[in-house]
Amino acid sequence: MRKICLTVVGMYLMLLHAFSQVANTDSSGYKSKKLKLDEVNLVSSYYDQTADKSAVMGGRTDYKGNGDVTDLANGLDIKFIGWDPKGRKNSLSAGLGIDYHTAASQAYVDSNGHARNNGTRIYPTLDWSIENGKKGTEFGLGAYYSAEHNYYHSIGLNTSLSKKNHHNGEFSVKLNGYFDRIKMILPSEFIPVDSVKNVLATATVIYVTTASGRTQALTYANGQPVGGNSKPVIPSRARDTYTASFSFAQVINQRMQGSIAMDLVYQSGYLGLPFHRVYLNTGKDTIENLPSQRFKLPIGLRLNYFLGDNIILRMYYRFYVDNWGMVSHTASIEVPVKITPFISISPFYRYYVQKAVNYFAPYEKHTTSDQYYTSNYALGSFSSQSFGAGIRIAPPKGIIAGLNMLEIRYGHYTQTTDLAACYGAGFWTINA
Amino acid sequence: MTKSRFFTVSLATLTALSAFLFPSCSPVKEYQKSRINDSEMILANRKVEKTELNAQTYREGSSGANGGKTGGGCGCN
Repeated sequence: MRKICLTVVGMYLMLLHAFSQVANTDSSGYKSKKLKLDEVNLVSSYYDQTADKSAVMGGRTDYKGNGDVTDLANGLDIKFIGWDPKGRKNSLSAGLGIDYHTAASQAYVDSNGHARNNGTRIYPTLDWSIENGKKGTEFGLGAYYSAEHNYYHSIGLNTSLSKKNHHNGEFSVKLNGYFDRIKMILPSEFIPVDSVKNVLATATVIYVTTASGRTQALTYANGQPVGGNSKPVIPSRARDTYTASFSFAQVINQRMQGSIAMDLVYQSGYLGLPFHRVYLNTGKDTIENLPSQRFKLPIGLRLNYFLGDNIILRMYYRFYVDNWGMVSHTASIEVPVKITPFISISPFYRYYVQKAVNYFAPYEKHTTSDQYYTSNYALGSFSSQSFGAGIRIAPPKGIIAGLNMLEIRYGHYTQTTDLAACYGAGFWTINA
Repeated sequence: MTKSRFFTVSLATLTALSAFLFPSCSPVKEYQKSRINDSEMILANRKVEKTELNAQTYREGSSGANGGKTGGGCGCN
């Protein structure tokens, strides 16, 4: 009897022991983290171009070097990352770009070549995205602003959504809009001096182009000047661009992945530039005139392959067509070679060929019966080649003093329009 | 080989490769992605190429399908 009682007590104690553990509430539940500086990216580049057939000069070839351009561009991106209570990753990026350029053709907006030949462009950006790792989705919003001497402003807005599937594929959609106000800066010979333009209901204004190429507005009433220079008011025209971008990326095997991308682009408004001249076959010059609508369809394919242990093949092809009659093909290949696991050298080559838009003709080839006309060689028929190399250094512990990654790239670019350019760029990342 | 023939062959080859390879993808587990996840294998332009892409957009008539601009946003055509 005692044995039975002891046995029962023992079993009872064992039973109690089995349930003696305190229920482990999940104290490792996700905690939100505030936005924190993650990395800072800097990019600087230099571009130097020589060309003769600038659009400002209507494609003339007797003004040698009238298409020469230099451009110095700098960009700064700051990225913050945080997690919300639901475990979703939030990213906030703020960027600022500043470009300074000189352009020989710009001086010839004034027919005597006295207009300013340089300019500065400033363009801030702001992007936010939220990523749900469990669902494999990412949603983003972005805004962009740009200001330069030949347009009042450009405002850009975009939204994007991507979704990963269980087969290592990812589908993305992005909607983008740019809303530009183009300043109607005319070549000086087209600005009617001493002509009266009605701008306001109670005043009239005339525009005079000074030797520096600036347009000043003088207030007139009853055909007589009534005051000093008023604030310069240059008319503007709108240009809107709407883009729907679709892309699909897929891991093919352990060494290869590819993607296909397609954009549907619609532009409307003033699609030329007011200071681009066109010389007709009569010898008379006018301002280029292009249709007010344009549909574009580029389709791009990428294929990356890891060859052996140290060589990667990065291949890209793009087909482009639009309703202005342009058709183009782009093909490029880049071959990063890993000298060490953290240093790679990447030679590249790119070939491009385009067929002209229906409205293009060279200097003094357009007729007075043409409804639309341009002599901008960027819209003409030509082919181009570019080649160069880059070097990338990204050791796991950084390079020096917080500098995490450095990438330098140099290239040479030529067109069959006799345009040639060389460029160099540097990109570095500083981790917080 | 003429230029148009070169591009016709290139496009046909890449399209055929894509049509053949994408559906025939073999499953790749996370621990097998050491090469796929290499920074040089990213399916996008390098960030250092940004200004280079802009220059191409200004000097050439076509753009898009490469993560860059498709038009607008600047004082260019």
